[in-house]
Amino acid sequence: MTTVPIDNIRNFSIVAHIDHGKSTLADRLIQITGGLQDREMVEQVLDSMDIERERGITIKAQTVRLNYHANDGKDYILNLMDTPGHVDFAYEVSRSLAACEGSLLVVDASQGVEAQTLANVYAALDSNHEVVPILNKVDLPAAEVAKVKQQIEDVIGLDASNAVEISAKTGLNVPAVLEAIVTRLPPPKGDRDAPLKALLVDSWYDVYLGVVVLVRIIDGVMKKNMRIRMMRTNATYDVDRVGFFTPKLTQAEELGPGEIGFLTGSIKEVADTRVGDTLTDDRKPTAEALPGFRPAIPVVFCGLFPVDANDFETLRAAMGKLRLNDASFSFEMETSAALGFGFRAGFLGLLHLEIIQERLEREFNLNLIATAPSVIYKMKLTNGKEIEIHNPVDMPDPVQIEEIQEPWIEATIMTPDEYLGSVLKLCQDRRGVQKELTYVGARAMVKYELPLNEVVFDFYDRLKSVSKGYASFDYHLTDFRVADLVKMQILVNADPVDALSMLVHRTRAEARGRAMVEKLKELIPPHMFQVPIQAAIGGKVIARETVRALRKDVTAKCYGGDISRKRKLLDKQKEGKKKMRQYGKVEIPQEAFIAALKVDV
Amino acid sequence: MPDILQNNSVEKNDFGVYVHWPFCLSKCPYCDFNSHVRHQAIDETRFVKAFETELATTAARIGARTVSTIFFGGGTPSLMQPATVGTILDAIGKHWNVSPTVEVTLEANPTSVEATRFKGYRAAGVNRVSLGVQALNDAQLKSLGRMHTAQEALDAIAIARSAFDRYSFDLIYARPGQTEAEWREELARAISEAAEHLSLYQLTIEDGTPFAALHAAGKLAIPDPELARILYDVTQEVTAAHGLPSYEISNHARIGAESRHNLIYWRYHEYAGVGPGAHGRLLIDGTRHATSTERRPESWLMRVEAGGDGLVEDESLTREEMSDEFLLMGLRLAEGIDTARYAALSGRSLEGARIAALAGVGFVEETADGRLRVTRTGFPILDAVVADLAA
Ligand SMILES: Nc1nc2c(ncn2[C@@H]2O[C@H](COP(=O)(O)OP(=O)(O)OP(=O)(O)O)[C@@H](O)[C@H]2O)c(=O)[nH]1
Ligand SMILES: C[S@@+](CC[C@H](N)C(=O)[O-])C[C@H]1O[C@@H](n2cnc3c(N)ncnc32)[C@H](O)[C@@H]1O
Ligand code: SF4
Ligand SMILES: [Mg+2]
Repeated sequence: MTTVPIDNIRNFSIVAHIDHGKSTLADRLIQITGGLQDREMVEQVLDSMDIERERGITIKAQTVRLNYHANDGKDYILNLMDTPGHVDFAYEVSRSLAACEGSLLVVDASQGVEAQTLANVYAALDSNHEVVPILNKVDLPAAEVAKVKQQIEDVIGLDASNAVEISAKTGLNVPAVLEAIVTRLPPPKGDRDAPLKALLVDSWYDVYLGVVVLVRIIDGVMKKNMRIRMMRTNATYDVDRVGFFTPKLTQAEELGPGEIGFLTGSIKEVADTRVGDTLTDDRKPTAEALPGFRPAIPVVFCGLFPVDANDFETLRAAMGKLRLNDASFSFEMETSAALGFGFRAGFLGLLHLEIIQERLEREFNLNLIATAPSVIYKMKLTNGKEIEIHNPVDMPDPVQIEEIQEPWIEATIMTPDEYLGSVLKLCQDRRGVQKELTYVGARAMVKYELPLNEVVFDFYDRLKSVSKGYASFDYHLTDFRVADLVKMQILVNADPVDALSMLVHRTRAEARGRAMVEKLKELIPPHMFQVPIQAAIGGKVIARETVRALRKDVTAKCYGGDISRKRKLLDKQKEGKKKMRQYGKVEIPQEAFIAALKVDV
Repeated sequence: MPDILQNNSVEKNDFGVYVHWPFCLSKCPYCDFNSHVRHQAIDETRFVKAFETELATTAARIGARTVSTIFFGGGTPSLMQPATVGTILDAIGKHWNVSPTVEVTLEANPTSVEATRFKGYRAAGVNRVSLGVQALNDAQLKSLGRMHTAQEALDAIAIARSAFDRYSFDLIYARPGQTEAEWREELARAISEAAEHLSLYQLTIEDGTPFAALHAAGKLAIPDPELARILYDVTQEVTAAHGLPSYEISNHARIGAESRHNLIYWRYHEYAGVGPGAHGRLLIDGTRHATSTERRPESWLMRVEAGGDGLVEDESLTREEMSDEFLLMGLRLAEGIDTARYAALSGRSLEGARIAALAGVGFVEETADGRLRVTRTGFPILDAVVADLAA
């Protein structure tokens, strides 16, 4: 590989609101620069996980090196980082930003500036990035280029006069993006002769290569066979390979200052690597470590239990394997009276939870039950102790609790004017406190303070539904505040189902309890006997429904000796029963748990 | 509870032969049986040859048996010439020993044309007919897509009564719009026409039928589960009061007059199935085989002519499959199942705790002689009971 002078390197992240076309733009850039042949291209080629492809979203940031021969006649190395748009994965964005000097801010010209557009562009500006605005999807009839440019100027305060107008889908004007990268984004700075200083951006486990570490070289050179030191853990490793992705894995002799690439070596486990750590030369270490960045902290917790108790060990192994590539979720063992052995796991948000659950089920062939998601509560006890709980089951006796504090967030919501009323009502219903309301043309931007526990259940779904999909949402944690919370239990056939118990605000308990028992009534199939469903606080029942007993369930005709057909039906029934969880005598289908928690109140 | 085990001559080694005739004059909109309508004449001689061939192949495979029952089902077997029926019966007699008390049933549609053949069937060896009456009201028959009137059906019943010692007929109830009062009246009428046996089926909406499409479109108001339950309970009560108690979910008979052929299925004994889309359970070298044949009549013909049989499925069943089938079929009977036989088939006993739980709520009961049977309150939700026991 020919080394390129540092002035001919450009490192950039592609940031945007969800679905505005980041990955599609990455496709075009890879294609135009020849990183992949046309026959090797698929749509959103960097979204390599099945679940990313199916849902059409990016979960994991990806890095690709492109070789570009620019109009000025020079050859450039472009390191592209495609980032996820969804708020749960904001952490992926922040670490990509730390590895680059510039960002492409993609805005869907038919949608305009959305909540994550703001969140991500501010993050980029905070990282001192040069930002090139890109108006994407100009091929759509609904594209409003002038209006969206105005929005970018008004809302973000970014000069949009020379925004690049493209269609990532058709490729229209994408070459201009490459020129803008070269001419408008700054090259990295770095000293080749200084001791090695590199930022650990990401790491993952690859079945062939073992632990792969993605680094951004700040100063010095990283070579094969050198011994590196991780400054925070102080561990040393021998480097076996260095290289980069084009997006194909390509080995190199070395990585120099300003470059982004990978190394593999004697590192055994992903857990040995700390994202944000500084790597240096063991023999000639750098004096000062990089500031790094805060680790991602889980904000939503739930229990994950195998439907079939025999699958516990499989689940344990599966969680361990997934964690290898996703350090942002945590787990510890948990036992539940009704559900047996499982894990209490922490996630960055509900989508993250859903995705991990789905991956566990699909990639490891498990059937899981997720219990009610919970946030972290701080409790001051009458004995002076302070504890944190994220599992309603662990809640001490109310008489021992002096005070409960719950986490609050600041939410930014952008919505077309006509849905503003419904959006405000939703926030108000969720105990929100309005902080700001501004207009950008026909779009309103509201800032609300909200308790996180009112948001984790179904806030996002509700927001989308009250705004016909048009409102967008971003949030960050702010503080803990005192709250009047009670523990609500759901009893099915008189047995409490701990998977459904939760802490709720006293004023909201009855409405939520009512909605949950009504939903469960719909979802629990009729049994041979009637099944009462109750919501209760302490010993007091606040809502009650009954699933009526089966009245008629028998195949009338059974004819001609075709027993196979009946047996296959029975097999299906048995299969269905496996997807249910037995609570005493009652079988509760798996989907009932999530659905009951997502009820709209 | 009548002890039909003793009163009935069905033995453990009973063997039945099922013959499927796959053609009908028209397709009823609720029906998902293997029945086909053909507008050209059907080459009966060619079919008869194929039946003979398939019987010969089956006999060569399983060896000697004593045939205790034969059943011509369909489709509409009463569209066959009596001579065709005779030839098939001869073929059965050629390969196997036929019991002197053999029960030979033929399903017939109650149109006037078909009733004229009843004497011919009797001469050929048929000794029992089962008529598909379905309803005793012309408007309802029409909406069921039937080709006969109520009067024709009653006439056919009368002819059957004079031609055969044993006859039965079928009704479908829980039909669209049917009320309890209407059904009570129709049922009373049916009982007065019945001799020893009646089949009373609640209408099932079968996937892929025109009724299913209507139902999905909201254009077929069938009784809800509550009314269906009431109609079922009424049926039990009225038939029992008239000496025709149910011995199976949908089948009613005077004691000793049960369909011996169908009992073979329900008791999970051995039977051979010949003809298009016929099913069998054959005991070969100590294992139980599930067989079924090609459903399309002409393809079945070609298969048989080319290879001696129309088999498309021939699997030896696992213990779990056998015990599930035994449970599924046996619990449909009022007499229930022999739990020792269940244990022998499956290699394990039914779970005591499950039985106890079900018995506790009164859906099943155990008898002193080791039988497990579903109760009056358990029968209407039998499928749930079986699923619970089999889980
Ligand atoms: N019409 C049109 N559609 C586009 C264009 N660019 C992207 N899309 C479509 O927009 C959708 C989202 O594109 P992605 O590239 O997956 O968006 P993303 O920003 O990477 O999404 P996340 O990673 O989930 O945040 C896909 O259906 C693309 O085909 C464009 O220029 N024109
Ligand atoms: C093979 S079929 C009938 C034979 C004959 N072709 C006839 O229709 O009269 C046996 C019986 O099953 C019953 N049956 C058929 N389809 C049904 C359905 N969808 N629901 C309930 N009973 C049905 C009818 O009573 C029918 O007489
Ligand atoms: S006549 Fe009988 S077998 Fe033929 S279509 Fe009608 S119900 Fe089905
Ligand atoms: Mg993407």
